[in-house]
Amino acid sequence: MRAPAPTRRPALTGPIAITLLLALGILALLAAVLAASGFDVGASLSALVRGAAGSSYAIFSATLVRATPLILTGLAVALAFQGGILNIGAEGQLLAGAAVAAGVVLAWGASLGASALVLALVAAAAAGAAWAAIPAWLKRRFGVLEVISTIMMNFVALYGVGYLVRGPLQEPTRIYPQSSSIPAATHLPMLVPGTRLHLGFAIAVAAALLAWHVVRNTSAGFRLRVVGANPSAAASAGQVDVAAVSLRAFLLSGALAGLAGGIEVAGVTYALYENISPGYGYTAIAVALLAGLHPGLVLVSGVFLGALEAGAASMQREAGVPLVLVSVVEAMIILAIVGARAVLARRAQRTVEAGA
Amino acid sequence: MSDALTTFLEATVRTATPLALAALGETISERAGVINVGLEGVIIAGCFGAVVGARSGSVTAGLLAGIAAGVLAALVFALFVVWLRTDQIITGTALTLGALGLTGTLYRAVFGTTGAALSIPTMRPVAIPVLSHIPVMGPALFRQPAVTYLLYGAILAVWWFLYRTHAGLAVRAVGEHPEAAEAAGIRPARVQAGAVLAAGALGGMAGASLVLAQVGTFAEGMSAGRGFIAIAIVALGRWRPVGVALAALLFGAATALQYLFQSTGSQLPYQLFLALPYALTLVVLAAGTARVRAPAALGRRDLGTT
Repeated sequence: MRAPAPTRRPALTGPIAITLLLALGILALLAAVLAASGFDVGASLSALVRGAAGSSYAIFSATLVRATPLILTGLAVALAFQGGILNIGAEGQLLAGAAVAAGVVLAWGASLGASALVLALVAAAAAGAAWAAIPAWLKRRFGVLEVISTIMMNFVALYGVGYLVRGPLQEPTRIYPQSSSIPAATHLPMLVPGTRLHLGFAIAVAAALLAWHVVRNTSAGFRLRVVGANPSAAASAGQVDVAAVSLRAFLLSGALAGLAGGIEVAGVTYALYENISPGYGYTAIAVALLAGLHPGLVLVSGVFLGALEAGAASMQREAGVPLVLVSVVEAMIILAIVGARAVLARRAQRTVEAGA
Repeated sequence: MSDALTTFLEATVRTATPLALAALGETISERAGVINVGLEGVIIAGCFGAVVGARSGSVTAGLLAGIAAGVLAALVFALFVVWLRTDQIITGTALTLGALGLTGTLYRAVFGTTGAALSIPTMRPVAIPVLSHIPVMGPALFRQPAVTYLLYGAILAVWWFLYRTHAGLAVRAVGEHPEAAEAAGIRPARVQAGAVLAAGALGGMAGASLVLAQVGTFAEGMSAGRGFIAIAIVALGRWRPVGVALAALLFGAATALQYLFQSTGSQLPYQLFLALPYALTLVVLAAGTARVRAPAALGRRDLGTT
């Protein structure tokens, strides 16, 4: 008889040292991809570093501003994945949140002022949750794979926003595919004067710390982890209502992504655009996996990938390196992590077999 | 009206072709127990390969290069999923992300930053004598680019392979019960790797057909979710080649509706039509696949020992 493999999860998640090591490895990979594509590696990388952390402007107005939606959507993905829900739909949920937030402040911003802002952010979270509710319901009622349905919802959201900014929400001159600018009273206040870093960053940090506490210290968080690790054991041994827990995780995930969309509108773009998100919802998967699904580490990986994206934008401006290169790096991050985890798991299993 | 109908049906088959090719490949892969969510990435790789190949001036070179690029993308997926046994869904998502980024980067690196439309040779419709003169359905089915005829052949070939060969039986056995298959002397990992690579070839061909028979150039992200739609098509077609081909037609029709409504001067917002195939996927997945059984070992990571 072969001893059953231990259920302990490989300890890739914890130490920040490993994350930093990964970051260095990623930079090496990036250099390799740049060289392979025929770009000047030195000039490109120095543009990357300058754009991400070369000045206080780069840090506060580029890196941390981009990190804000990445932390929130990264949290969304991390919580969903922890509950065993493969929500690839943060992009669509973010767009739904952005659209509804823009609608709310454009309708009531002039009369309600700052309270419209609060209302808009709440509505954005609700819209994200509602956008997630459709695939959640399809999964529960019909067993539809959420991977497919959430991606379909992303496309529907993208074209939905495209319709809104050319239809009901289009600016009055009807020339540009975008909404009017939102009233100044509904802008998110700046966190650091003289920069573009807005209150949304503080909201994202607070959300991450709160999620960390909930997952680690509360029974709801424990149920989430149990359901994600082993749903049948959770149901039979733990008396956990698996369907209810995963539904809640799905909706919460959508709400966080929707909030990210609302914050983008109220803190960064001040209007609804068709391409308001450069794929934050997809990058979020890399953010969550890089953090080992740990809500606290999402802060670290969110800022890291925010820096990468800010640096990539400067690489494009200064060295002509296409922005899409970032997604290659993100894909490599994900593959490196799942690959390393598989190798570690296999090694752990071998050790057990050898000892048995 | 019959002209409009003929045009609509022709467009239906033409837009269904890449979907059907990709979905046929995914059928083989899923019957072996591997769901490749990276199919989107395989298709975009095929698109890029086709453009590079067709620059030589030959449509055939474009098609072959597209297939090769698809196989290459599938090889990366197979290395992780079959050899390392990583999570299929997450690995597939990463493959899609990486392939979209890499093709976009390489396109600009190779063909310049302007992203201007490249002129490459394209596949013209070839009318088949006699058959193409059948009223209404004739032109739709038999006045198509060569790659559509390759699709017809692929449907038959995949059906014959899955149900009439030992290798096909091995594929189905591994997808249903890998332990039993292994006990019968089949090596599950090899079968899965083969199935994933075959799916890569068909997915690459799908990308090539998109470039060579529909769009005529490359654009960043031009696969536009077709890989994911193809996965939905596989479920709707109940993991059977002929069913999958018919399901692809339904989605081709949903896309072709745009052209029909544009030609009638409809006032409905065009985003509605752009969103239609995606919304249809959701409805169809819910209504059409609720009581259908997928291959039993689909997505499983703990497979035998080889």
